[in-house]
Amino acid sequence: MAKVNVKICMGTTCFVMGASQLQELVDIVNKRYGEDVVVVGSTCLNYCTDNSEYSKAPYVRVNDTVIQEATIDKVLQEIDRKLKEDGK
Amino acid sequence: MGNNNSQSIHLKKEILARIIEAFFSDNFEERTRLIPYDMRPKGADVPYRCCIYKERAILKERVKAGLGFALEDDIEYKLLSEYAKEAVKREKVDENPLTVLDAACAGCVPSRIYVTDLCKGCVARPCQAACKFGAIEMVDGKSKIDGSKCKSCKMCMNACPYNAIVKLAVPCEDACPVGAIQKDENGITRIDFEQCISCGKCVAACPFGAVHEKSQIIDILKYIKSGSKKVIAMVAPSIIGQLPGSIYQLKSAMKKAGFSEVFEVAQGADITTINEAKEFEERMENGAPFMTTSCCAGYNQFVKKHLPEIKEFRSTTGTPLYYIAEIVKKQYPDAITVFVSPCVAKRKESMENPNVDYVMTYEELGALFIAKRIEITECEEDKFETESSKQGRNFGVTSGVADAVKSVCKNPEEVKPYIISGLTKETAKDLKKFAKDKSCPGCNLVEVMCCEGGCIGGNATINIPRVAKKELKTLLDESKDLERKE
Ligand code: FES
Repeated sequence: MAKVNVKICMGTTCFVMGASQLQELVDIVNKRYGEDVVVVGSTCLNYCTDNSEYSKAPYVRVNDTVIQEATIDKVLQEIDRKLKEDGK
Repeated sequence: MGNNNSQSIHLKKEILARIIEAFFSDNFEERTRLIPYDMRPKGADVPYRCCIYKERAILKERVKAGLGFALEDDIEYKLLSEYAKEAVKREKVDENPLTVLDAACAGCVPSRIYVTDLCKGCVARPCQAACKFGAIEMVDGKSKIDGSKCKSCKMCMNACPYNAIVKLAVPCEDACPVGAIQKDENGITRIDFEQCISCGKCVAACPFGAVHEKSQIIDILKYIKSGSKKVIAMVAPSIIGQLPGSIYQLKSAMKKAGFSEVFEVAQGADITTINEAKEFEERMENGAPFMTTSCCAGYNQFVKKHLPEIKEFRSTTGTPLYYIAEIVKKQYPDAITVFVSPCVAKRKESMENPNVDYVMTYEELGALFIAKRIEITECEEDKFETESSKQGRNFGVTSGVADAVKSVCKNPEEVKPYIISGLTKETAKDLKKFAKDKSCPGCNLVEVMCCEGGCIGGNATINIPRVAKKELKTLLDESKDLERKE
């Protein structure tokens, strides 16, 4: 069983605001963590729909933590944090 | 090259989405005026600049470009609401599609030559002696360059025995294949529009997002909002894989956003292919050494401004956009036609083609979906009146045009392509050589695409080319082959 589950929002808003670039994560994570971490794409996670919340897109969920304006670095950091917690 | 995910691109798309949202609200002018304040409200973090006021001032400039105005002739006291009003009234778009945001540009190196910490402050000061412009002074015992005097001649660099002086990269200058963009002595970048081929490489290269396209979204959306005219979209082949969902879902998403009808430019590409193949065969029969393609707008500007000698070798066949726009205008003479584009260069081509009224980039289309809260993957599939071929749909990928032409030639094995995937200072030299020698050794069909990887690497694309290509392949597998009918 994977220790960390990563969900990249691939809804239209997140995709346009940068999630398209996050697709690289699949390969990076696979190489770095093997089976411990699983990355999947998702339809709109519904964080973008309120007022101007699209400005914080793209959204990525790492287990229960939601990352706003996600970048590859931010997601990797969060994965490391989660793995560390798990190790304790 | 191609797009990247830097903060400035994120900002640009957010601003476009906000402008569009404001436009469809009942108070466009006031809401536009408030965009910088909404984005950086009192007490907000100031992520990029010294203070919130500076940050808002720069956002204001970016909004102006989003409304379609040049940033060079800034009237500081003019409110965004006034610009918004003018944008709606505007009948004609500006001739030069690019504009530079000085305030963002100032974040980059002021001068190209820089003295590093390796400077020993030696007594001989060979750098100072070598400089013909008196640009080197001693500050705290070390050499320092006065950017206003420095002419970047590199004499000091060569003179320094410690290799302490280096040349810094100015990304826009390095990216420009024709030397049309340059920082002046004050560290501010200017585009020489006499030289500029509108290829968009500087837009993609600038890490500060200082080079902007003058958007035409308001010009387009005003017809959609008022409903006074039908607005017809023509999407470039490279759109496949740029957004979530299939191209057929994209079509109905675009209709939901207000377009009356959507055509694939790939349909025009099919005509280009057939005509270009016939032209190629004819030219070869008449003993021509080679022929170049003619569909890349950046390349065509390059030929016009920098390499007229190659014109006689360039195909006279129309671009895919040329043919599809002709078809659309014939079918809908009163409609407004919009080309949906991966790059800024097509803005130039469209201005010269009376059948194309406006251009909207992929980024702008994406912003429109965001503003309108349209989820493409939830839209139905809507097929095209005329389905395009596999070859036409592959036009936006490097070697796609040459492959298409080859596939319909009578003797495909006689077609020997030479592929230029990305016009750079180096490949520009190759083209110059071909023109001068009147020969392209070993090859007879030169395909030129300004962007690396083809249109899928255009400056206004959204997806990573590698991933977009995968999506494209799925569609190509279910598309039919192009047939040549005599
Ligand atoms: S598109 Fe990602 S949260 Fe809606």
